Amino acid sequence: MTRPILEARGLVKRYGRVTALNHCDFDLMPGEILAVIGDNGAGKSTLIKALSGAIRPDGGEILLDGEPIAFETPNDARRAGIETVYQTLAMSPALSIADNMFMGRELKMPGILGSVFGKLDRRRMEDFAREKLAELGLMTIQNINQAVETLSGGQRQGVAVARAAAFGSKVVILDEPTAALGVKESRRVLELIQEVRSRGIPIILISHNMPHVFEVADRIHVHRLGRRLCVIDPRDCTMSDAVAYMTGAREPEPLAA
Amino acid sequence: MTDADRFEDVVKTRREESFAEFDDQHRGLFGRFHHALHATPSLVPLIVLVSALAVFGIVLGEKFFSPFAMTLILQQVQIVGVLAAAQSLIILTAGIDLSVGATAVLCSVVMGQFTFRYGLPPVAAVACGMAVGTLIGAANGWLVSRMKLPPFIVTLGMWQIVLAANYLYSSNETIRAQEIETEAPFLQFLGLKLQVGGATLTLGVVLMLVLVLVLAYALRSTAWGRHVYAVGDDPEAAKLAGVNVHRTLMSVYMLVGFICALAGWVMIGRFGSVSPSATTGVIGNIQSITAVVIGGISLFGGRGSILGAFFGALIVGVFELGLRMSGADPQWTYLLIGVLIIAAVTVDQWIRKVTA
Repeated sequence: MTRPILEARGLVKRYGRVTALNHCDFDLMPGEILAVIGDNGAGKSTLIKALSGAIRPDGGEILLDGEPIAFETPNDARRAGIETVYQTLAMSPALSIADNMFMGRELKMPGILGSVFGKLDRRRMEDFAREKLAELGLMTIQNINQAVETLSGGQRQGVAVARAAAFGSKVVILDEPTAALGVKESRRVLELIQEVRSRGIPIILISHNMPHVFEVADRIHVHRLGRRLCVIDPRDCTMSDAVAYMTGAREPEPLAA
Repeated sequence: MTDADRFEDVVKTRREESFAEFDDQHRGLFGRFHHALHATPSLVPLIVLVSALAVFGIVLGEKFFSPFAMTLILQQVQIVGVLAAAQSLIILTAGIDLSVGATAVLCSVVMGQFTFRYGLPPVAAVACGMAVGTLIGAANGWLVSRMKLPPFIVTLGMWQIVLAANYLYSSNETIRAQEIETEAPFLQFLGLKLQVGGATLTLGVVLMLVLVLVLAYALRSTAWGRHVYAVGDDPEAAKLAGVNVHRTLMSVYMLVGFICALAGWVMIGRFGSVSPSATTGVIGNIQSITAVVIGGISLFGGRGSILGAFFGALIVGVFELGLRMSGADPQWTYLLIGVLIIAAVTVDQWIRKVTA
């Protein structure tokens, strides 16, 4: 059996008296799309935040490529090659596409202009951004300098996915990427997800949308009451089964996966 | 997947190549104007500034349109201009700083008293003043960023604290211009005049211009500047995108404290004396906020440019001098500035409403 690229063992996170993660385990295999589903308040978001460095778990450990890691900030996770597309997209609406793609990791001009005056290398950032958007087939965005607030919801999501795919060398995490989108835009984002996977980057997909999950996921992690209830294969269950597991209407057989 | 679940197959086969796009052709002149304003927010105050200059120039003629009068405006706005540059930075982060004027006055008092009470060399006293300003800024920044207190509350308190400390420390004693001139002329360094033809520039004016240009460069072309905008736009998003929000806020508040100290030094150059009861301590904050708002910087943060704030300060200066020269009651100035403030915010809302 190949070893997981990203795994978590016995994660615990409490907010006051609320236990959001209760000794939760997690495994992501190389090159797969792993969907994480669960009812509202099951702790999906907390799990993702722990994996992406946005929060520090109170207990348990996270291993990347078998090595234990402890992220203090999202930047640590990003440096380790884990990129996250948050549900809120984490973009600054008034800034341009290029500015947003390079937020927190701007490129500076070579030589004294960059080192002393800190001048940004706009040309290089714009070219890179344009290239990444084109690679993912987001050709409808003509002007890389337009403010993100002028884009449609689908385009914004596309830019956020492009940002994650461009920099995420190990893992890309997508939190509800289709929740706010229309049917057509959702379709495009699902294609983007498969496009990213085809380059060998594993993806964690958090979603409420069962058809989307069943369409793209290789395995489905069902989260319930702060922990992993079971991992199911979308090829041998139905959506009703998955919903039954996540709402507690049905108990899974003892964990085999 | 069972057949019943395949309700999205229609869009899979019958999909178009692109996202829905809207026709951009029928935008027209008005729409293009709106787009230009959205892209360059400092355009509005520039237009107002140029028209104000034109109107007063036509009404008052030579008297107003002289190098002397033009540079007089610059001299009159130098303190507010520097404070407005500081205020812009804070407002871009979606904050507000009510303590800028008081900080400037306290710093000028520190510069004066350290020289005359403790016999420090004036250069060292000026440096101490800068350090005090930066420290006040750091205190504001720490309370805003770490304690998560609203900037309005923090700086409202700091304003009173700094102003009171200023009176207590100086025992409300003014250091007279003559004393400074004979014993520590360096304190008045920024008051040095440069004559070019009929134009008179002081080093304080030059400092203001350089400061505005440097900050405009930093905000536009450095990573730090982008982070300031991102933090002001949406701090949560900035943090998730990898911006160190705390460090950005601290750097902004400390820099603002430092700039306020510069404003204090400019004050000594402008007035010649060091006075703890200078009006800047009480109304400097409102004057700077006025300039920033007229300059089109959004009070909600993340939008606007520092050049706009500079134009805003100049607009106020042009109105003051122009109306005084035409012999109008000074209350007209305040009335018109009040109208401008409301108009500026209206325009800001209009620009934000439709994102072109």
